[in-house]
Amino acid sequence: MSALAADRTAAPTSTGSTATRVLGAVALVGLAAVALFGLVISPPDAELGETIRILYMHVPTVSVAYLAFVITAVASVAYLWKRTEFWDLLAASSAEVGVVFFALTIFNGMMWGKVTWGVFWRWEPRLVTTTVLFLTYIGYLVVRSIPTEPRTRGTVSAVIGIMAVVNIPITHKAVDWWRGLHQSRTVLGTVDPEMQGSQLFTTYLSLTAFMVLFAWLLVHRFRLAWLGERAAEQGLEAALADRRAEGQTSGSAGPAGGGATA
Amino acid sequence: MSTNAYIAIAWAVTFAVIALYAAWIVRRGRELSRRVPEEDRRWM
Repeated sequence: MSALAADRTAAPTSTGSTATRVLGAVALVGLAAVALFGLVISPPDAELGETIRILYMHVPTVSVAYLAFVITAVASVAYLWKRTEFWDLLAASSAEVGVVFFALTIFNGMMWGKVTWGVFWRWEPRLVTTTVLFLTYIGYLVVRSIPTEPRTRGTVSAVIGIMAVVNIPITHKAVDWWRGLHQSRTVLGTVDPEMQGSQLFTTYLSLTAFMVLFAWLLVHRFRLAWLGERAAEQGLEAALADRRAEGQTSGSAGPAGGGATA
Repeated sequence: MSTNAYIAIAWAVTFAVIALYAAWIVRRGRELSRRVPEEDRRWM
């Protein structure tokens, strides 16, 4: 077998593959284009002024977070149905990526709030429901980190993953249902109908680039979770082998030296 | 602080957090790959 062929058949030494490298390259180019359009080419908005540039980060991060949480819910349902490790790890991986993006959404919103409202935070309906949603998924990740039997962990977290997603439409519609400070919906509302030209293009470009980035992160995070489970199994097997070897050694040492060790 | 400063912070923090998170995933993936048998890390 040639060196090249051997290289092709060798197992990867990371979570990367040809597909993820292509995905990563597309995401990088996309984000560079977002930076160019969002910070340089796109003009200030007639109403929002320069703060529209914060929304080029805020809107895609919240879109990715919502998508991630929906994937978690769907994978949780699939886990309760199929009971396979794949769905459990997919749900967990997507939730973690979603929490990262949702934290960024909140942070960007605070920056926008400081410029527009004069304060970083106000306890108005959208922000209250956002906080509840964020804390729910933090709780989901905490539950997953509790050491327990995988099937129990998968079942409990799947139930939380399904229940938590209910808060997304509530958070999303909060600006319509209750009077608050937050501006009306710009995603799935959908994008502001008055937006046009390079601003509209930049918004869609940013959404697309962040979705590709999300796909890249999710694949890598899933593979990492998969490796984590396999490594844990390896560690368990090694520990059991050590115990067996220990038992054999103390057994062969005879009654004098064969006292069981705790 | 000026509006531009808040915009710069928003963008910088977003890109920095994502870059750090991605770097952590990749680095941890490499570490775990060394501890896992070949047959368990064949991706599509």
